[in-house]
Amino acid sequence: MAETMLIAKGICKYFPGVKALTGVDFELKAGEIHCLMGENGAGKSTLIKVLTGVETLDGGEIFLEKRHIQPRSPQHAQQLGISTVYQEVNLCPNLSVAENIFIGREPRKIGRIDWKEINRRATALLIKMNLDIDVTQPLERYSVAIQQMVAIARALDISAKVLILDEPTSSLDAKEVEHLFSVIRKLKEHGMGILFVTHFIEQVYAVSDRITILRNGSLVGVYKTAELPRVQLIAKMLGRTFEEFNAGIKTKTQIAEVNEQECVFLQVRGLGSRGAIAPFDLTVQKGEILGLVGLLGSGRTETARMIFGLDKSDSGEIRIEGKRLKILSPANAIKQGLAFCPENRKTEGIIDNLSVRENIILALQAKLGWRKYIARKRQEEIADKYIALLSIKTSGKEQLVKNLSGGNQQKVILARWLITQPKLLILDEPTRGIDVGTKAEIQKLILQLAEEGMSVIFISSELDESIRCCDRLAVLRDRVKIAELAGEEIEEKVVMQTIAGV
Amino acid sequence: MEIWIKLWRIVTNSRLFWPLAALAVVLLFNFFYTKDFFVVEIKDGHFYGVLIDIVNRAAPLMLLAIGMTLVVATKGIDISVGSVIAISGAVAASLIGGNLEYVDGTQKLVTLVPMPVAIVAALAVTTLLGMWNGLLVARVGIQPIVATLILLVAGRGIAQLITQGQIITIYYTPFKFIGAGYLAGVPFTLFIVLLVFAVILYLLNKTALGLFIEAIGINSVASRFSGIHVSKYIFLAYAFSGFCAGVAGLIICSNVSSADGNNAGLFMELDAILAVALGGNSLDGGKFSLLGSVIGALVIQSITTSIYATGVPPEITLVVKAIVVICICLMQSTSFRTIIFARWGQKRGSVSESTTVKL
Repeated sequence: MAETMLIAKGICKYFPGVKALTGVDFELKAGEIHCLMGENGAGKSTLIKVLTGVETLDGGEIFLEKRHIQPRSPQHAQQLGISTVYQEVNLCPNLSVAENIFIGREPRKIGRIDWKEINRRATALLIKMNLDIDVTQPLERYSVAIQQMVAIARALDISAKVLILDEPTSSLDAKEVEHLFSVIRKLKEHGMGILFVTHFIEQVYAVSDRITILRNGSLVGVYKTAELPRVQLIAKMLGRTFEEFNAGIKTKTQIAEVNEQECVFLQVRGLGSRGAIAPFDLTVQKGEILGLVGLLGSGRTETARMIFGLDKSDSGEIRIEGKRLKILSPANAIKQGLAFCPENRKTEGIIDNLSVRENIILALQAKLGWRKYIARKRQEEIADKYIALLSIKTSGKEQLVKNLSGGNQQKVILARWLITQPKLLILDEPTRGIDVGTKAEIQKLILQLAEEGMSVIFISSELDESIRCCDRLAVLRDRVKIAELAGEEIEEKVVMQTIAGV
Repeated sequence: MEIWIKLWRIVTNSRLFWPLAALAVVLLFNFFYTKDFFVVEIKDGHFYGVLIDIVNRAAPLMLLAIGMTLVVATKGIDISVGSVIAISGAVAASLIGGNLEYVDGTQKLVTLVPMPVAIVAALAVTTLLGMWNGLLVARVGIQPIVATLILLVAGRGIAQLITQGQIITIYYTPFKFIGAGYLAGVPFTLFIVLLVFAVILYLLNKTALGLFIEAIGINSVASRFSGIHVSKYIFLAYAFSGFCAGVAGLIICSNVSSADGNNAGLFMELDAILAVALGGNSLDGGKFSLLGSVIGALVIQSITTSIYATGVPPEITLVVKAIVVICICLMQSTSFRTIIFARWGQKRGSVSESTTVKL
C-alpha cells in the first residue's frame, strides 16, 4: 500500500447561513489519482479552498506527510507542497507564457531577471508535457486548453507533492483531455498525489483510482473506482436511486416538419463578420430547440453573440417574426424578446457583489429602463418565486450571488432571463461545470419551455446533451456553418461524421 | 453580554460606522484641545461658530464628493474637477462682469448679463465638460484617469483664457449670496448641498439608476450582457460630476468674490477622491454610499479647520493632515484591524482568539 500523502480529519466550514462542510474526512495517497465527486453545493470547492488556504477552517485538522499543517494562503499552501489548478484559468492573459509560469519567482542573474533562463526553462517544462509552443507569446493568444496546461506546468514547477485539479477539463475537447490525462498519469507515476474534481463521469473512470463522494457538505463515502458501478456513483451523489433520476429526462419529441411562415420566429440570412464567422443562414421556429454543435472554437459562441447584438456583423440581415430589423446591442435584442445565457458565468453572467434578488431582476429592469423601477416588494416576490421554481440553493434572496455554488449561479442567470419572458432563449454551455442532478433539471426545464412555445438556441460541447435535447442541429466547423441535421440524422455517429467532415 | 457583542458587530459592520467613527475622533480631539469649538452663537440673526464654519467651508468638497462617488462607483475616476471649478468661476465672473459706471450721477454696478443667466451658463459649460470626459471614457474607451487628466491640464488654461489671464473681481453683491449668504440663519451653501444630495439620493433609490451603476462598477461586461446601456450610464456619471464641480466652483468664486483661474479649486480633486475613500467606498467601484462620501468630506474639512484652530504652523499643515489621514485610513482598513486585533487577542489568551477566527 502506498503511503498516505494528505489527510484531512473532521473538516468543518461555515458560511453565513450555510454549513458548507460538516466533519468531512479525506485521505490522499502518494501516487494516486483521487476523484472528488458531488453535486453543486456538495462542498467540493469549499474542501479544496480549505486545503489550499483560501478559506480558513472552522474545525478539523490537516496533515501533509504526517505533519500537521495550517495553510494560511494559497501561496503558503504552495510552499508546503499543495498546488492547485482552478476551473477558471487563474493566470495573467497579457503576460507571456513563460512569465506566467515563473511570475513571483523569476530566476535572477546579478539581481536582474534572467529572461533567457526563464524562456529556456519554460520551454523545457512544456515540452515535458508534450506542448511545443512559443513561450514568449502572450498567454491570451492560446486556447483555453493550452492556458490550462500552462497553469498545470506552473503548479508542477513549484515542487508540488499534492496537485489539485478543480474541473480542469470543463473547457477542453476530447483530444486535449486525453493529452491532459497522459500528463497526470505521468505525474502519478512519479509519486505525486493528485486530487481531481470533475463532473464528467467518463473521465472519472478513465483516470481515477479512488473516489470520495460528498453530499450537502458531508462525506458519503470513499470507494475504489473499479468497484463502484456508474449507476451507483450517480445514485450516491444524488442521494436517490438511478431509475428515479433517469425518468426525469423525457425522450425527445419529434415535431412535425412545419415550414409555414408564421411559425418561424427568427430568420437570419447571410449574417457574418470577417474574422469571426462566415456568412450563414439560420431559422428558428417557435417552440423549437435548435442546437449549435461543433468543436471548441468552431464559431458557435460567435454565432450566438452576433444574433444577440454583442458583436457587429458586416453583412446579412435578421428578421424576427417576419420583420427585418437591426440588432445593435444586447438592449436592442432584449426588446425583441431575445435572451442570452453566456458561456462564462463568472465574467459575463453574474454580478458577484450583488444579491441574488438584484441579479435576478437585472435584465427585466434593464428592459424596463431606469425610470420604471420595480418596487422592492415586487422584486422580492419575483426573487422568491424563481428561487423556489428553479430550486436555487441559497440562504436567502439577499445572499450575495458570489457565495452560491456554480450551478446555483447558473440558475440565477436563467431566472434573470426567464422573468423577461423571452421568445428566444440562447443558451451557451448552460450546463458546463454543473453536476449531473442540476444538469438534468436544466435540460428538463429547457424542454418544458420549448413545449410552452419558447424558441431555444442551445450550444453545448457535450454531444449527447445536444442530441438528447435538440429538434434540429446546425453544425459548424472552422467558423463556417456546414450543415443542418434534423429528425433521423440527429444521431451521435452522423453528427460526429458531419463535424469531422468525413 | 452576548447581546452587546452582537449589537457591536451589527454596528461595526454597518458601512457608515467607520466614517462616522473617524469624524467622531476628530471632533473629540477638538473637544479637548480647541477652545470654544462646539460653541454656536447667534449674531445678527445668523448662527456662528466653528462647527457652522466647517459645514460651510466643506460645502464645495461635499458636492465634489457626491459627483465623484458616482464616477468611482462605475469603476472610474475624475481628476479634472479642480480645473472644472476654475472654469466654472471664470465663466460666471466674466459674464457677470465688474464694470462700475455712473448712471444718473450715482455709482452703479452693471452686469454684462443677468446673474441667473451667468449661473446657468457656468453650470452648462461645466456639465458639457463633464460630458466630454464621459465621451472619452464611455465611447472612446480611454482609461478614466488619462481621459480626465486631459481636462485637468487643459482646464486651467481654458480658465485663464476666459479671464484673459486676470483675476476677475466681482463687485456685484447679490452674487455673494451663493457662497456667503445666510438663509434662516444657516449658510446658504448648506441648502445647495442638501438639495443636490436629496435629488440624487432620490434618483438613486427610487429609480433603477443606483442598481445599474453598482452593477456596472462590479462587472460591466455582465451588465452589458444583461441589457444595460453601460456606456450611457458611465457618460451620465461623468456629466453629473462636471455639474457638481460647476456648483462647487460657483460657491468658491462667490465666497471670495473673484475668479482665479490659477488657484481656484487647486488640488481639490485629490480631496474629493479622499473624501470618497474616507467614506468607506471602494475605489474599485461597485457598491457605494453617498452619505459616506459626504461624511468623508466633513472629516477632511474638520481636520483642516482643527489644524488651523490648534495653531499648527502653516508650513507644516499638509504634513499633519497627511498623518491624520493615514491614521484614519488604517483605522478603516479591515486587514489592518485584523492584524491589530489578532495581536490583542493573543495577549488576552487563546479563548478570545478562537472567537475572532470564527467571525
